[in-house]
Amino acid sequence: MKYQSHHRVGDGPWVRRTLVLLTVLLATLFLAIPLILIFSQALGAGWGVMISNITDRYTLHAIGLTLFVALLTVPLNLVFGVALAWLVTRFHFPGRKLLITLIDIPFAVSPVVAGLLYLLLYGRNGWLGSWLGEYDVQLMFSWPGIVMVTVFVTCPFVARELIPLMQQQGSEEEEAAVTLGASGWRLFRKVTLPNIKWALIYGVVLTNARAVGEFGAVSVVSGNIRGQTNTLPLHVELLYQDYNIAGAFAAASLLAAIAVLTLAIKGVAEWRQARLMANDRPDRKLQ
Amino acid sequence: MSIKIDRLNKYFGDFRALQDISLDIPEGRLTALLGPSGSGKTTLLRIIAGLESATQGRILFGDRDVSQVPVKDRNVGFVFQHYALFRNMTVADNIAFGLESMPARSRPPKAEIRKSVERLLEMIQLPHLAKRYPAQLSGGQKQRVALARALATRPDILLLDEPFGALDARVRKDLRRWLRSLHDEFHFTSVFVTHDQEEALELSDQVVVMSQGQIEQVDAPTRLYARPGSRFVFDFLGHVNVIAGTVDAEGRLRQGEAWVTLPDAPAPGEAQLYLRPHEVHLVSEPTGQACLPFIIEAVNLIGAEVRIELKPKGWACDDIWEVGISHAEFSRWQPERGDQCFVSPDIGHLFKGESTSPETLTWRP
Repeated sequence: MKYQSHHRVGDGPWVRRTLVLLTVLLATLFLAIPLILIFSQALGAGWGVMISNITDRYTLHAIGLTLFVALLTVPLNLVFGVALAWLVTRFHFPGRKLLITLIDIPFAVSPVVAGLLYLLLYGRNGWLGSWLGEYDVQLMFSWPGIVMVTVFVTCPFVARELIPLMQQQGSEEEEAAVTLGASGWRLFRKVTLPNIKWALIYGVVLTNARAVGEFGAVSVVSGNIRGQTNTLPLHVELLYQDYNIAGAFAAASLLAAIAVLTLAIKGVAEWRQARLMANDRPDRKLQ
Repeated sequence: MSIKIDRLNKYFGDFRALQDISLDIPEGRLTALLGPSGSGKTTLLRIIAGLESATQGRILFGDRDVSQVPVKDRNVGFVFQHYALFRNMTVADNIAFGLESMPARSRPPKAEIRKSVERLLEMIQLPHLAKRYPAQLSGGQKQRVALARALATRPDILLLDEPFGALDARVRKDLRRWLRSLHDEFHFTSVFVTHDQEEALELSDQVVVMSQGQIEQVDAPTRLYARPGSRFVFDFLGHVNVIAGTVDAEGRLRQGEAWVTLPDAPAPGEAQLYLRPHEVHLVSEPTGQACLPFIIEAVNLIGAEVRIELKPKGWACDDIWEVGISHAEFSRWQPERGDQCFVSPDIGHLFKGESTSPETLTWRP
């Protein structure tokens, strides 16, 4: 067969070259340069300065709080996401479609608005907050509030990854497992979990990245108390406003490093899941 | 173990998928649920397995009411149309899954499980593939593994949902024979769903024909083909030639230029005559019993007999007629496309008016 080129629209050499060039240019300008800049700024005065910036008391506290929030948020949303995806892909009930739409609310709503809503609801003068206040429970302007809004903002990630995959895989394998006498837990551990493993890891990595990096919602409910309710992204802003540029960039470089690591894990997870699905292809014949 | 289905109804929302199904499935037999898609046969199978629950009615295994028993405690083997093998497990692990899922009290020791798996692999003739993953198997191999997996826990009942639906014709035929011999050897009660009439008739001891959520007929395969109980079963099982017309005062069914003298002169009125392709013969002139003129539309030589497709001449019918003649007769007569010929009936089935059950007629040669 003769090799045919230049036949599809946009396949001409000039179109191709222009598009490639444009993409490379934009990617460099908007993605690569800023990323490099963060690290070069952070390291501009040498490793020593950077380390002393990071080991600053308040920065260390911000790192600790951020990790603590992520540590609580990720498992919560992992369980929530798996349960939700299982529910909407394996059962049919009235309101199922509505529920699938509702999952996206945290994506659709601006995080600042989410923060304000929580403040309104759980703040000292809020509907639930005033009642909780009587029992001396304060959620806003302390870490529980930060965890709450972070959970809200990141709750769709795991479910959003799992739902299409679980829909596509169908429930036949699980049905086979129950006819073979498997208990619910054994079914989940041996059949469901291995099939969704990589998508789940992908979802968790995204959840973690967002939990660590969330600014808007957290800034509303945290109150920005240095050394108490300041997370890393808030701390970066605070340092910047203090004209501590080197400190701000040192803290920012930590966030950027987490982002790069996230991308790497995400890449691996995506690749593994794609391979798993490709293996599965010849399995199904259309009728 | 026998299965008894007692006045079963199933609704999906407002849609009534199964209507008042009552059925006895005898122990140790192979029963086919046959019907077009949407007839409710798969739903019925899934309800027997417990994968779906009935809206009303009961299911009994032997004397035991299992309607409320969850799937995992029903001890049924289920084979899925798309095999549903666990893709993350090897063939051996797939087969062992059922045994390993048994509660600790009754679970056989590891060494015994391994032995059972080896025995089952021998039985499905795939011991060399024990360490493979499902994605590395062909369709036929997958279906064998699925069967071995379902049989590992020695279920009393084996349920198969279109077990050969996704396989090509040759593999399908092999597997069918293999399943039959397996069944004869182990004597479990099997129920399988199919839309393939040939498969149902060849494989089963009893066929349940379903349509629109209802049972049309339950019979042995031979009786089902010879004595269909309704128009639906006629249309669904094999080809049938139909002439619709009016019975006159002399007991002749007439339409246009065509007529057939009916034995035992039924009462005048509208009627349809159903004729199987092997229950008629071709003649070159009208006989005293019938004048059914045709033009030969196509001649198909492939197969045990020559199949001739006929287009009515001087009258009308919805579907073309098909008649089978022997190869010997074909070479004697040499019919060609475009030739005129006549059909003479030997055995026919008459539906009078709106009546749903036929009356079988025999013509003397």
